[in-house]
Amino acid sequence: MRLLSAFAIGLVFGLGITVSGMINPAKVLNFFDIAGTWDPSLAFVMAGALAVAIPGYRMVLRSPAPRMEDRFQLPDMRVIDRRLVLGSATFGLGWGIAGFCPGGALPALGTGAFDVHVFVAALVAGMFIARWLRSRTLVATRPL
Amino acid sequence: MGANAARAAAEICGTKPMETEFTPWTALAGGALIGSAAVLLLAVHGRILGATGILGGLFRLGDAADWTLRAAVIAGMATGPLVHLLATGERPVLDQPVPTWAVALGGLIVGVGVSYGGGCTSGHGVCGLARLSRRSMVATASFMASAVLTVFLIRHGV
Repeated sequence: MRLLSAFAIGLVFGLGITVSGMINPAKVLNFFDIAGTWDPSLAFVMAGALAVAIPGYRMVLRSPAPRMEDRFQLPDMRVIDRRLVLGSATFGLGWGIAGFCPGGALPALGTGAFDVHVFVAALVAGMFIARWLRSRTLVATRPL
Repeated sequence: MGANAARAAAEICGTKPMETEFTPWTALAGGALIGSAAVLLLAVHGRILGATGILGGLFRLGDAADWTLRAAVIAGMATGPLVHLLATGERPVLDQPVPTWAVALGGLIVGVGVSYGGGCTSGHGVCGLARLSRRSMVATASFMASAVLTVFLIRHGV
């Protein structure tokens, strides 16, 4: 039941990415190309998502716990630091080059397109590189 | 001259701009589905629907129940295009104006960036903004501005 629910929720997300056109890198890249072949659709996707999620989150977080788990797992980080800003800027650089973001690419895997698989493989490799870099800096700054 | 120069620059960088139709209604509808999925995942499983977080956790083994939940969400996501095809008879359009090497390079950079930034468009841009998180507002502004600048430099700069 738990897995079925998780699958169904993933499916709703995947359908949303497909219906919205955000599965298409050409469309995503055109959102960023304000000076060229601009396509503002992505702003409408964000608006549609937030119109549902802002009131939805408010309602959900009023209950003491989620339906199938003991507690909500919410990020508790508050600090706005260079890691957040520069990491996000780095993400934007890659997004602007490839046209895929993680949330667009995972549903796009289902189309079988070769480039999507290349992207996701590279994405995972990048995550491992970051994990390795962080473990090194942690050791360097905080010797145990 | 500007257009020709931009086209030449874009060709050097391997990118040819492609026109896409502005689709406000399907964008809003698809967005509403994305938002609904985010609300449902929080309501039922108590989690943030961030593609980075869900995918990243797949490579931290140890908790089998957690792992299967993440895998189920991702499997559901990847089934989206198939269900869309069955329901509408239409294959989703997927045009890639960028060569494969650039997709690989971009993917690598995205992987590093989202790890340090702690999330991507779905985690920060939808779920974080929905929680009115200041961190997510800063992250979203940062990656959007950076993507606009990147595409500008690739397509119109040089």
